[in-house]
Amino acid sequence: MGEFDVKVRVPVREQEPEVRAKNFDEVCLGYNKEEAMQEASRCLNCKKPFCVEGCPVSINIPGFIEKVKDGDFEAASRIIAESSSLPAVCGRVCPQESQCEGVCVRGRMGDPVSIGKLERFTADWARENNIKPRVNAERKNKKVAVVGSGPSGLTCAGDLAKAGYDVTIYEALHKAGGVLVYGIPEFRLPKEKVVEPEIENVKALGVKINTDYIIGKSKTVDELIEDEGFDAVFIGSGAGLPMFMGIPGEQALGVYSANEFLTRNNLMKAYLDNYDTPINCGKKTVVVGGGNVAMDAARTALRLGSEVHIVYRRSEKELPARAEEVHHAKEEGIQFDLLTNPKEILSDENGNVTGIRVIRMELGEPDESGRRKPVEVAGSEYEIECDTVIMALGTSPNPLISSTTKGLEVNKRKCIVVEEETGATSREGVYAGGDAVTGAATVILAMGAGKTAAKSIDEYLSGK
Amino acid sequence: MFEIIKAEMLTDNIYKLVVNAPNVAHACQPGQFLIVRTDEYSERIALTICDYDREAQTVTIVLQAIGASTMKMLSLKEGDRFADVAGPLGQPSEFVHEDIDELKKKKYLFVAGGVGTAPVYPQIKWLKERGIDFDVIVGTKSRDTLILEKEMEAVAGDHLYITTDDGSYKRHGMVTSVIEDLVKNEGRHYDVCVAIGPMIMMKFVVKLTKELDLPTIVSMNPIMVDGTGMCGACRLMVDGQVKFACVDGPEFDGFKVDFDGAMKRMALYKTEEGRKLLELQEGDTHKGNCGGEK
Repeated sequence: MGEFDVKVRVPVREQEPEVRAKNFDEVCLGYNKEEAMQEASRCLNCKKPFCVEGCPVSINIPGFIEKVKDGDFEAASRIIAESSSLPAVCGRVCPQESQCEGVCVRGRMGDPVSIGKLERFTADWARENNIKPRVNAERKNKKVAVVGSGPSGLTCAGDLAKAGYDVTIYEALHKAGGVLVYGIPEFRLPKEKVVEPEIENVKALGVKINTDYIIGKSKTVDELIEDEGFDAVFIGSGAGLPMFMGIPGEQALGVYSANEFLTRNNLMKAYLDNYDTPINCGKKTVVVGGGNVAMDAARTALRLGSEVHIVYRRSEKELPARAEEVHHAKEEGIQFDLLTNPKEILSDENGNVTGIRVIRMELGEPDESGRRKPVEVAGSEYEIECDTVIMALGTSPNPLISSTTKGLEVNKRKCIVVEEETGATSREGVYAGGDAVTGAATVILAMGAGKTAAKSIDEYLSGK
Repeated sequence: MFEIIKAEMLTDNIYKLVVNAPNVAHACQPGQFLIVRTDEYSERIALTICDYDREAQTVTIVLQAIGASTMKMLSLKEGDRFADVAGPLGQPSEFVHEDIDELKKKKYLFVAGGVGTAPVYPQIKWLKERGIDFDVIVGTKSRDTLILEKEMEAVAGDHLYITTDDGSYKRHGMVTSVIEDLVKNEGRHYDVCVAIGPMIMMKFVVKLTKELDLPTIVSMNPIMVDGTGMCGACRLMVDGQVKFACVDGPEFDGFKVDFDGAMKRMALYKTEEGRKLLELQEGDTHKGNCGGEK
């Protein structure tokens, strides 16, 4: 390590862009002990830690960083474990720049402390050194069912198990993890190395996970309560059906939703030769959208050998994706066609995609989201030649549960309605959180909701 | 779980399996489907449920080998286990929710094509158990490709009309000619038609039933990945709107389905699946990759 400037964060090692663009190995290699301890020494240990307020699960950030600085990584990991069941995941996928790191006092004069990378280091160290979470609470003779094994479900289940409840997770797919396994790609979040061990840790708390079990179909929420004797239910069923634009040509061959494209590749491992699931990704791919999912789809297509363009209707400043993902995508050679919006997908006589007709946009007055509304520039249409189009426009909630649960209130976007402070739904004893409530959002917000619900469920059942 | 209790080859490439699947058997209804994954490396395959036994906790599935993953299923024997069986999925057939007395006033016409006979079976069984009237037409290429004849006969009795494209068994001709015969020549009246089979068959049945002013329900079987309402691969246009076969269907109003669009989408993985199949049969000699090269 060279000269140490306390205003500048310790750089993190990464695979070189031209190398990683051709493989699915993790992009970021993380800190080693020395790097982590050095970076930890930059923390000012503020009396009023804004970073903790900025964290949706309120991790004692200065507390764990202090331990990292001292080289007591086990103690650091125990501090994180008090608040988070999935630290190795969060260290990798949280949008830290808009949360903990965004409010770090160090950031006022230089780089904020690299909290995410330190969390990741601590969690990885704990896993490699076989540090297991502890359950201290007395067993309570009450059962809670958790629907969905994504970030909100795992968090809620983990917290309730730690509080002594008998928790069972029901997962519709064949593998636990939700978006962590079907959505986020291997190069950003390794499955065997990171996701599976964190799920094993949740199981080690006593949580049972039933895969291939579709609540709303195999059994309803009402049956869980009435027949299976659950005292409370948490619904964390995630985001649902992909949205399309409703433009001509979306049924053409070679048009994917990002969910399908990523599920084929991540959950079904289409990128590995020994798996049967096919994936067609051509020589040139256009990804429509600017969020994390769009970046994931684009970088996956790139690794499958395609030239990739991202088409997004606003400007770079409005891209909803994490800054690091945009930066990585650019480094890897993904081209950003900003202030551009699709009008039509073009196809040949067999229905195969041949291109996409787009129009240039400019930013007008702010809309209801506070962002400047993109408006079409008349006469600026042009065509981009491509053979694959991936629509990454967000999702609308899955109807399986809301349509089969009596008296469960949903809003006009079909999201489950909850009381924000508690996660309580319109049904007594039924709580919900994550994308099923908010629509597509982030892993950490879903975890925050799982945490809130776990606390409310504990209060509800303690008073029963 | 997911043990194969009974396995039977019905034709050269159609296999009938009775599988232990308590979570599916507990709740499934006519019209629904399930998802099967043979092993860790296989695709998730959507298959219609042909029969179920709630007490024995089993479901019967009928599958036709068309790609690598379904070919693999043909090698499974009694006592083997699937990696996963999940379901039931999709909406039950409309009549399941209807008032029985109202149903008794109706007469149903079922039109089954090829392996589509399998999902028709639990529907007629359900109606028969409740004393509701129906006729069933089963169409297939030839005598060798006919499946479930005994089972269908046991439920439908002399309301069963079998026809073969080549005339090698029973009637000669397409299912549409039988519909015309029953409606036009014999003057039979039906209130609802349910057509399940290859898309091209359903398309032509609907073309005819539109002329006959006979409301027709079809069961769509597009490509699916998760089957639970997440990936959107199974989208199709119904009445100008995007619908998802896995959660909105699989049964839809046949008059409103865009069959041509749906058939085009079916072709998506034809070459890809074919390549995998060749690989399976001839070994690892058919590599290729995205972007054309590795």
